Amino acid sequence: MSTAIAQKRSFAAVLWDYLTTVDHKKIGKLYLYGGGFFFLLGGIEAMIIRIQLIKPENDFISAGLYNEMITMHGTTMIFFAAMPLLLGLMNAVMPLQIGARDVAFPFVNALGFWLFLFGGIMLNVSWLTGAPDAGWTGYAPLSTLSPGHGVDYYVLGLQISGAGTLMGGINFLVTIVNMRAPGMTFMRMPLFSWTTFVASVLILFAFPALTVGLFLMMFDRMFGSAFFDVALGGNSIIWQHLFWIFGHPEVYILILPAFGIFSEIFATFSKKRLFGYTAMVFATILIAFLGFMVWAHHMFTVGMGPVANSIFAVATMAIAVPTGIKIFNWLLTLWGGNITINSAMLWSLAFIPSFTIGGMTGVMVATSVADYQYHDTYFVIAHFHYVIVGGTVFGILAALHYWWPLMFNRILNEKLGKLAFWTFFIGFHLTFFIQHFLGLMGMPRRYWVFLKNQELDLGNLISSIGAFFMAFGVIVFVINAIYSGIKGKPAPHDPWDARTLEWAVATPVPHYNFKQLPLVRGLDPLWIEKTEGNGKLTPAEPIGDIHMPNGSILPFIMSVGFFIAGLGFIYHMDNNLAYILLFGGMALALVCMLIRSLKDDHGYHIHKEELEREAD
Amino acid sequence: MKGWMGKFKVLSLLGFVALFLSACGKENLTALDPKGYGAEKSLDLIILPTVIMSFVFLVVMVIFTIALVRFRKRKGREDFIPKQVEGNKTLETVWTIIPILLIIIIAVPTVWYTFVLADKADAKDHINIGVTGNQYWWHFNYDGMDIQTSQDLYIPVGEKVYLNMLSSDVIHSFWVPTLSGKLDVNPENENTFYIEAYEEGVYWGKCAELCGPSHSLMDFKIVAVSKTEFEQWVADMQSVDPEAVPDNEMAAQGRELFQENNCIGCHAIGSSPVAVGPNLTDFGNRTKLAGVKDMTKENIVAWLLNPEKIKPGNKMTGAYPKLSEEDASLIAEYLMQLKPSEITTEDAGK
Amino acid sequence: MADHSLTPENMPQHPEKATLEGKNKFLGLWFFLGGETVLFASLFGTYLALKNSTAGGPSSQELFGLELVFLMTMLLLTSSLTSVYAMYHMKNNNFKKMMLWLGITGLLGVGFLGCEIYEFYHYIHSFEFTFRSSAFGSAFYTLVGFHGGHVLFGLCWLSALMIRNAKRGLNLYNAPKFNTFSLYWHFIDVVWVFIFTVVYLMGKVG
Repeated sequence: MSTAIAQKRSFAAVLWDYLTTVDHKKIGKLYLYGGGFFFLLGGIEAMIIRIQLIKPENDFISAGLYNEMITMHGTTMIFFAAMPLLLGLMNAVMPLQIGARDVAFPFVNALGFWLFLFGGIMLNVSWLTGAPDAGWTGYAPLSTLSPGHGVDYYVLGLQISGAGTLMGGINFLVTIVNMRAPGMTFMRMPLFSWTTFVASVLILFAFPALTVGLFLMMFDRMFGSAFFDVALGGNSIIWQHLFWIFGHPEVYILILPAFGIFSEIFATFSKKRLFGYTAMVFATILIAFLGFMVWAHHMFTVGMGPVANSIFAVATMAIAVPTGIKIFNWLLTLWGGNITINSAMLWSLAFIPSFTIGGMTGVMVATSVADYQYHDTYFVIAHFHYVIVGGTVFGILAALHYWWPLMFNRILNEKLGKLAFWTFFIGFHLTFFIQHFLGLMGMPRRYWVFLKNQELDLGNLISSIGAFFMAFGVIVFVINAIYSGIKGKPAPHDPWDARTLEWAVATPVPHYNFKQLPLVRGLDPLWIEKTEGNGKLTPAEPIGDIHMPNGSILPFIMSVGFFIAGLGFIYHMDNNLAYILLFGGMALALVCMLIRSLKDDHGYHIHKEELEREAD
Repeated sequence: MKGWMGKFKVLSLLGFVALFLSACGKENLTALDPKGYGAEKSLDLIILPTVIMSFVFLVVMVIFTIALVRFRKRKGREDFIPKQVEGNKTLETVWTIIPILLIIIIAVPTVWYTFVLADKADAKDHINIGVTGNQYWWHFNYDGMDIQTSQDLYIPVGEKVYLNMLSSDVIHSFWVPTLSGKLDVNPENENTFYIEAYEEGVYWGKCAELCGPSHSLMDFKIVAVSKTEFEQWVADMQSVDPEAVPDNEMAAQGRELFQENNCIGCHAIGSSPVAVGPNLTDFGNRTKLAGVKDMTKENIVAWLLNPEKIKPGNKMTGAYPKLSEEDASLIAEYLMQLKPSEITTEDAGK
Repeated sequence: MADHSLTPENMPQHPEKATLEGKNKFLGLWFFLGGETVLFASLFGTYLALKNSTAGGPSSQELFGLELVFLMTMLLLTSSLTSVYAMYHMKNNNFKKMMLWLGITGLLGVGFLGCEIYEFYHYIHSFEFTFRSSAFGSAFYTLVGFHGGHVLFGLCWLSALMIRNAKRGLNLYNAPKFNTFSLYWHFIDVVWVFIFTVVYLMGKVG
């Protein structure tokens, strides 16, 4: 039943398999498909924004639609593209890297994915009736006063997907603490697993603040509470604090896993151990720790007073130190190596100058007095795109090229990979470098139009042209991914001559991962075995029965339930019939929870004999 | 490909430097050519970290380029296995200590000027102006002078002017890049800072916090005139007679229409505290219509006929009876002759 | 097998952590509670920022009566203690006594929730102090209501656990479930101690 994988299955069978799967590798792929889809959607929104700003006083789209576009672009890219793509990579790779059979809670893992997906769908359903228009930061009272249901979709979409992300975070934490292979101590863990761990800690402590903020906004909009209603004593600054207590760690949730990815790739393709491994680990932890102390640097112009502004400015600058340590460690990893440059490596190498610029401007915007000028201008837009595109997106693309053989058993085409890289890389710098100057020349962010005769025309034109290069690069990458699926030949085992445990598992990866848990003898365990001539890892246990979790459709149905209930919440103000949706959806979700809780699920075993048969 | 990439980098860097030097942006809008105290201090603290950080960037790029050129896989050493270095204490200490020192160099003046710019001890000795942010226009109330205006803020050159800012609806942000950095205009707590213009001029102001569909059209001007001109302006504004009937026949008819259609219910003329819509006392002297359009009769008529087309989401749309084109034109005549003072933006332009 | 009832012979010292699943549940709940801490910290922060924003409505000094709140505190603290007894009996493989003490825990929880509902009812009808009266009202009902919601959820969880396992005794599959419930229940109790101090005591003193 379990191991006999038929060569060709009907479409319905594949669909059912993915709807009910609790296998971390398949869930990882689902995250990549879902996140990739939303990435393309967010990209289209970005292109519309850049077309609108291609010339002064353009009227390509209306002012209201423009605000919807920027809101959706930001929200989609952060919550529904960058994060799920990273979660997908973590799911696909991390358990293999630490030598685990699966994640700690496979059922919850599936639930996390479906909640993310339905949250994303929820947000985008809003296009039918008017999308949210208060910016991705949703500042009250603009958001609480925004007419229509756009912001309601924003609130519920983020609430549903946020719950999913939180589950994912807890799941990874428990997996890493409890399920590492024998010998895989914390200080032997690859950097990507480390950054997964630290990013999960950030998710765990940051997301609840957003949850509360969203609840308050939901109560204000739907149930008449007065958190942000100044007339009844409310205070709109509370939203900003809650949002950024979440929002700043969120930046590190996005960038730390990318740091992990680059650490893996630099080491592999330089044929060298990561320089200063211990320093890298502690720098990661330090960045995460400081990341919680600096949220108010997004609020220098709110009027918090000089004491608060100074403290948050200095704390923010301090983050440059551990980040600098990382940059130099990567440089020294390259130094003295035997460097192979392929697509994965190109994306990683391009990260160094791009992210260093983002880090530079990071210190600049942390300088509170100067930030009075930068704040809410295109300078800030340029800064965070340098960090998030130059860091996170480059990291995701590097990781996709690097781990594609592991995940899809194919190698991506190098020529297409290089074409995508160069067009995207050039386009990226064209688009965003000039925006630093646009900001200083007096162009605030979120401007539907800029006026004629303000000397902002050329900069905006260059920026828009760059965006087309980026779009071309993305299209080439998508073609490459599809092409490799259709035409690509199966990848060989360990194609990159890599160092870490995920490349020691059989090719293609069996659904139970390691047949026998490996014995880890140090950092870069596969490399150790290769240099000592073994070529593969010593098993830590004899072949025995493997305990596997059962698949389940419940996570999917539960998420559908929450989705329906969300619609009910949104429309109960207009129509009493929506209460049917509200209570119906809630009931559906609760029944699923009850079934899950009452029905024993012991999983199943793959028997020893079966495994031995499979050996050849 | 590597060499080409290096050249591309150098060229693009040079290109951007050239662009930077040739165009710092439009005079009286850009933050890179400050003409006021706050903007000057901000620019100092823009330049200092830029210089330090550019140095860091240069160091990174030099190591990066050398590493890539020297250690790229070459023919004849494909199978070369490099030494597996764990780390280097000295190096790691160096690149921890040096950044800390650099950060201190930036942090000290940052903290210092954060406190300097926030010092409001002498507010009582200077002109205080109440600023109200509205969707999508600005209102100014000169404390103790009995003057109310909207959109154009007249200030004397070389003097601190304190602004006490509050929003009537959502959060806005008051930004005049050439004179000073920005400060949010919140609905619940008054924010105060000061501006000081070194030179006469008409400075562009913008709203810098998303406040609705017409956020990008919420421009205003600061008109800095000499001290004597400012005194003249104050005297003129204080002696405005809101009831004055214009000599011009058409404008007089326009005035009647202005009353009949209850424009006056929202738009005050004179120092009445009514500020549902912009105060129109010195409308004829304004630099721009609605902050962004040229002050021509056609534009005023177009605004009166359909304000939504010019400023989407504004509160005037639908709040008054539909006007005929002739009526709108007469009202425009009336509004355009509202020029209570001889002192105009021409004076600020030197 | 995991679902066979435990006997004194095969009883491990910590039945709740004897399996990997049990260990994972135990650790997972701890992490979850870490997240919950931030959730309640955010709610406390909001409440503290808005507690004087009464917008002309009743203030905390006028509203709160400490007698009822003291009773509620006693009920919840005692229920935490009884859940400790239940866990003690679980570790001694005394299923019946464990169920008895869990039952008492549940009843005390119900008592607490009843008092809270009465309290809210009282504020709404005697003071016309509602969720919509003022920012203070919104913050008060949200903070205390979130806690009440957690108690309610805990009671549902407990009922489901007790009913499902009523007839099959303790085993390595359900022991971690009882244990995680007990941990959760302690957390709810700790949060209440903070609510009692920050909301009621500080609200009464001013």
